[in-house]
Amino acid sequence: MGRLTVTNVSRTFGKKGSASTKALDNVSLEIKNEEFVCFIGPSGCGKTTLLRIIAGLDLPTSGEILLDGIQITVPDPKRGMVFQEYSLFPWRTVIDNVAFGPQMQGIKKKESLKIAEKYLELVGLEQFKNSFPYELSGGMRQRVAIARALATEPQVLLMDEPFGALDAQTRNTLQYELLEIWGKKNVTIMFVTHSMDEAVFLADRIVVMSARPGKIRDIINVDLPRPRDRTAPESNELRNHVLKLLAEERDK
Amino acid sequence: MDNNIKEAVHKRGLEALSLLVVVVLWQLVADLLVKNKLFLPSFVDVVLSFFKVIESGAIYADISVSLLHFGIGLFFALIIGIPIGILMGWFKTVNRIFDPIIEIIRPIPPLAWIPFAIIWFGLTHQSAGFVVFIGAVFPVIINTYTGFKNVSIIYVEAAKVLGCTRDLPLIRYVALPSALPSIAAGIRIAMGVGWMCLVAAEMFGVSTNGLGYKIWWHYYLHQMDFVLVYMLLLGFLGLVIDRAFRHYVDDRLLKWREGVVM
Repeated sequence: MGRLTVTNVSRTFGKKGSASTKALDNVSLEIKNEEFVCFIGPSGCGKTTLLRIIAGLDLPTSGEILLDGIQITVPDPKRGMVFQEYSLFPWRTVIDNVAFGPQMQGIKKKESLKIAEKYLELVGLEQFKNSFPYELSGGMRQRVAIARALATEPQVLLMDEPFGALDAQTRNTLQYELLEIWGKKNVTIMFVTHSMDEAVFLADRIVVMSARPGKIRDIINVDLPRPRDRTAPESNELRNHVLKLLAEERDK
Repeated sequence: MDNNIKEAVHKRGLEALSLLVVVVLWQLVADLLVKNKLFLPSFVDVVLSFFKVIESGAIYADISVSLLHFGIGLFFALIIGIPIGILMGWFKTVNRIFDPIIEIIRPIPPLAWIPFAIIWFGLTHQSAGFVVFIGAVFPVIINTYTGFKNVSIIYVEAAKVLGCTRDLPLIRYVALPSALPSIAAGIRIAMGVGWMCLVAAEMFGVSTNGLGYKIWWHYYLHQMDFVLVYMLLLGFLGLVIDRAFRHYVDDRLLKWREGVVM
């Protein structure tokens, strides 16, 4: 199961005394098991902060987040994360990167490598298992990062603009592949993005956020059947709607 | 065959020519200008002395004794320096405790420790090793520390999310491999400094062999050609040690790095 309950979460940055920034202000949200939710909003709206808090890499100033009823305070392999930058360990080969999570859970090296192989197959990179990350292209690296995050069998996959640094072609391919993986692995996905197109193509629901302080502006249900046509009138309509919301945010 | 020679000349021709010119110039200057073996022994003098040193077998004892001193110093520099650097780089408190001590001791030239080395260890191999140790330990500490300080937070966070949350595994699986290039560079510097300290360390007669010791011994006898033999030996051996280390590290430990420039 991967049901997330975010209740009144606020996060304030800055030391006592000096001016502080409110990155998140009273955010509440319910995410169903195996749902695909995209977060979109202007820079500084706290999307990444929310994701980091759910990952356990940051703590909320107030409020709480429950995963299947259990409060989140520290990082845990139950919540896998794919980062925006290249976060693969450059000193480990591709397969050793993917095997890292299972190994840390106390699974024997041989067994971990078997698991890693399975996930490399899932992202279509088994023939690159002995390469080092520097030998791979950007898209391949993020594929490995996804395999690595999945290798610990997480209930929730947190993705922080994972395709942000990739070219448009690779990006489209990876979006498509991600949906396939999501269909096979039954995980809840929280996906932060800057791209309208990406959100409309991927999400069950799009959470539009506003900046300073970071709040939920609107939640849009995307009821289009998959696989989606990026240029269908319904997609365009939705994109326009989100764009308008974001434009209002910018002008405020 | 012809092509092989051509290629070799093409690749290493200029380097070889440069060395050859220096040797010829040296020989000419020594023979025709200086004409004094004490001031400048010629290339041929040095080569002949070199063969004498090999013939007498002294060279093997000298090299092994020097490597022993160097080895003692470097060994302790590594097993003391690396853990201290790791603890300083990972734990802020440890850094605050060690930093002032290190900053005060570090600028003291290693050679200034020689009197205490003799008092503490007597005229022994350990005593020479201690001076090498003093020279080598600080580059090791500082580069290990810097390497650990510069571990990218993204790797640490990625590891944490994957279930590696305690200090010890984080150091072992993330920080140490990430800091390895910096540590390796520190060891190279340490080997260079330690090698330099060797001559001085052996100067005060901890043994009757050693490359550094022999420089002084032959100097007292005014055999400057032998002095030059040992000088060049120190240089060559230092070069070989450095190359061997670099080769090993680049091939075995750091092959994950793209386009290594070291």
